[in-house]
Amino acid sequence: MSSADIHYPETEDEVARLVAAAFAAKNPLEIRGGGTKAGLGGPSQSASAISMTKLTGITNYDPSELVMAARAGTPLAEIEVALAANNQMLTFEPMDYRPLLGVTGEPTIGGVFAGNISGPRRLSAGAARDNLLGVRFVNGSGEVVKSGGRVMKNVTGLDLVKLMAGSWGTLGVLCEVIFKVLPMPETSVTVVVSGLNDAEAAEAMAAALMMSVEVSGAAHLPESVVAKVAGGRLKGGPATVLRLEGLTDSVEVRTERLATEMGRRGEVTVLDAAQTHELWGDIRDVAPFADGTSKPIWRVSVAPQAGHQLVAALRLKTGVDAFYDWQGGLVWLRMEADAEADLVRQYIKALGGGHATLVRADAATRSSVPVFEPQPKALEALSRRIKHQFDPQGVLNPGRMAATI
Amino acid sequence: MSELIAFLEPDKAVIARRPEIIADLAGLVPGSCLITEERELVPFDTDAFVSYRRMPLAVVLPETTAQVAAVLKYCNDNAISVVPRGAGTSLSGGAIPQEDAIVIGVSKMNRIIEVDFPNRAAVVQAGVTNISISQAVDADGFFYAPDPSSQLACTIGGNIGMNSGGAHCLKYGVTTNNLLGVKMVMFDGSVVDIGGKALDSAGYDLLGLICGSEGQLGIVTEATVRLIAKPEGTRPVLFGFESSVSAGACVTDIIGAGIIPVAIEFMDKPAIEICEAFAKAGYPMDVDALLIVEVEGSDAEMDAMLERIIEIARRHNVKTIRESQSATEAALIWKGRKSAFGATGRIADYICMDGTVPLGQLSHVLAKTSEIIDHYGLRVANVFHAGDGNMHPLILFDANDPEESRKAELAGNDILKLCVDAGGCLTGEHGVGIEKRDLMRHQYAEVDLVQQMRVRAAFDPKWILNPSKVFPLEGRCGGLAEPGDAGPDHGKAAA
Repeated sequence: MSSADIHYPETEDEVARLVAAAFAAKNPLEIRGGGTKAGLGGPSQSASAISMTKLTGITNYDPSELVMAARAGTPLAEIEVALAANNQMLTFEPMDYRPLLGVTGEPTIGGVFAGNISGPRRLSAGAARDNLLGVRFVNGSGEVVKSGGRVMKNVTGLDLVKLMAGSWGTLGVLCEVIFKVLPMPETSVTVVVSGLNDAEAAEAMAAALMMSVEVSGAAHLPESVVAKVAGGRLKGGPATVLRLEGLTDSVEVRTERLATEMGRRGEVTVLDAAQTHELWGDIRDVAPFADGTSKPIWRVSVAPQAGHQLVAALRLKTGVDAFYDWQGGLVWLRMEADAEADLVRQYIKALGGGHATLVRADAATRSSVPVFEPQPKALEALSRRIKHQFDPQGVLNPGRMAATI
Repeated sequence: MSELIAFLEPDKAVIARRPEIIADLAGLVPGSCLITEERELVPFDTDAFVSYRRMPLAVVLPETTAQVAAVLKYCNDNAISVVPRGAGTSLSGGAIPQEDAIVIGVSKMNRIIEVDFPNRAAVVQAGVTNISISQAVDADGFFYAPDPSSQLACTIGGNIGMNSGGAHCLKYGVTTNNLLGVKMVMFDGSVVDIGGKALDSAGYDLLGLICGSEGQLGIVTEATVRLIAKPEGTRPVLFGFESSVSAGACVTDIIGAGIIPVAIEFMDKPAIEICEAFAKAGYPMDVDALLIVEVEGSDAEMDAMLERIIEIARRHNVKTIRESQSATEAALIWKGRKSAFGATGRIADYICMDGTVPLGQLSHVLAKTSEIIDHYGLRVANVFHAGDGNMHPLILFDANDPEESRKAELAGNDILKLCVDAGGCLTGEHGVGIEKRDLMRHQYAEVDLVQQMRVRAAFDPKWILNPSKVFPLEGRCGGLAEPGDAGPDHGKAAA
């Protein structure tokens, strides 16, 4: 695509005019934020693009209300700096895809919500979609639509806000997002249990989450990946890591209880706040597989206890490396050769269901393999009807999520 | 009541076919699941929004998903309206039927199918009551978080329909944040499974859309919900303030200081008086506003958190601080708050509003609410979830006085508009139902509403599911993407 075909609207009205023109001409548009996730999803089928990078700025932020509003193109980094200045944060801990995908660019807040990008704290604090309170977007016929608002609870009409989260720009162009923010925890620690195999780790994580200690992150790093996080300082083979956060006094009490309980399962060490920050940043950004290659990477979401079973089953058939977040329910898989989409999805189904997204692969693979989990017929038909009601000419990011939407 | 709210003109052709329809339904479900006698239909002629009543054509209480599917397919094929119903506790008229509609109630589908602690999930049928999920997992140290005041009676199916919340949602979120999957019957009788035990699901967030859709998109027959480990302990503390303004400012400061208690409940003077007279909870009578702040965790954690909260309260000239020293005292503190609706019902008729406002607007909206109530010459008691800005003004009136009834409804509308104008919304947890349907245009522009209606049409092309709820009656089919996407002409509302 030549640069002449990329539009850089600076206002919501300009976005609306561009989409209305595309609607009239039935001319497909690629919708871009900072472009850091352009390699995720079906390859673009559009000759023109809208880049949201000039529609920027925080439009409303009152720390005591725990709510922020920003234009979609605002860099995530700018949001995080503004929040940190008030000791607040995005509680869902969005991951940064740049290291994994080997790309540059600036992640935007609109992109975070369009992809429903959530990190380790999703386990306890919900996903990006749970924190999105309101949106303004341009639908596929160029109309400016708003949904939700800036309050925590809102059941007024249909919740289009949730629908927009994770729709990858196929239902509307997000122009402004309003979201919940929360105080930063006063401190955080990580309880590390060493030496557990994948199945033992799944049991240990489940046991930790059954305790009343409020684990805010639970991941397992098998021996093959453990050296690639936290500067290689986690020693002693595989590491099962459990994060506790909150007021200092409270974290101390809970750490002791959790460490005692986990001590029955393996050797326990405790990481301080700085080490915790580094470790969970690496888990969030999938540092073990940020290897500069284009080896296929799957992001698999299954029931927490099914994650390690999936990996064990795959290992009998193909070369695969893996680690686990979300108590075992989020599996990051790196395939040694082919993507093996059918195999991965067949096992997921056999293990009780879930879904797999191919987040890294060359364009040829992404064109031949459904990047997002194919849906059962009835849901696929429903999704197409929904798409049609937002984007009747199919001009917004066609093919990004599925061939039919 | 004065019947300010219009209903759709019932379809006379459908009513005329009643004997035939009942005979058809009898072929689809066992006789024990079908209610057609007028005497037995009476309990289904309204929900907890009792000002309005309409007798349904028939009521079906299926025992299986397959039966729900058969009935829904039949109704869609024959263009008969369907009103889904849980326990009928809706406060906004979400389950009020019409004379030409079949009520499909899920109350017989009340089994807990599976409890899965390692995956922290429970699979339940839609007619299970909210509290019975927590009761089933209590001994193992878990609970289901959303706790609407009606939790003894309301069903999980109804909770999903309304995206219900409760006092403890400040920390744990509402239904949509605790729902992992559903089995749902679509308009044509097809059955879909959305989500499951994984934390997120593939494709568009249909689960998020269904939650709070007020029975307009399908009928949920099973749900997979998140279970959460119970905290070691909980402790509510009662704070009494000289004014509502101080109490409101205290709420803002607690949250601004980075402390998120599990609940912050607010009661003004009339609410305190009403609740104390009923519950004898020992609430202070020399204050103008009360906060109940609940923290949880180990004793050390609760001590640490309360120390900070009390320090903030002192900065706002708190007059009374009552820390509960025992489970009995804790229960008593909550008893007053939890009996607010029942206690109010003993002294007067009331309507309960459900507007939500940004936290910084609480004091302003409280003051303006008083002005509105004074203007209409009524009384109001305010009791609400202050931590998330969900206000519940209870407007007191005499239902036997038509003029006062009308004033109460008008005052309610003014208060909800006030909430929207302050940056909030018409409903935080009770739903739009029929009650706030005609106010939707105050919160949404036409284009916003039409986009919602288009989505609705993708789920229910003939507009048979709970047809007279949520969206304004007039113009509801206008502007859809393609002819045929809309339902029949519903533009004719009966006055």
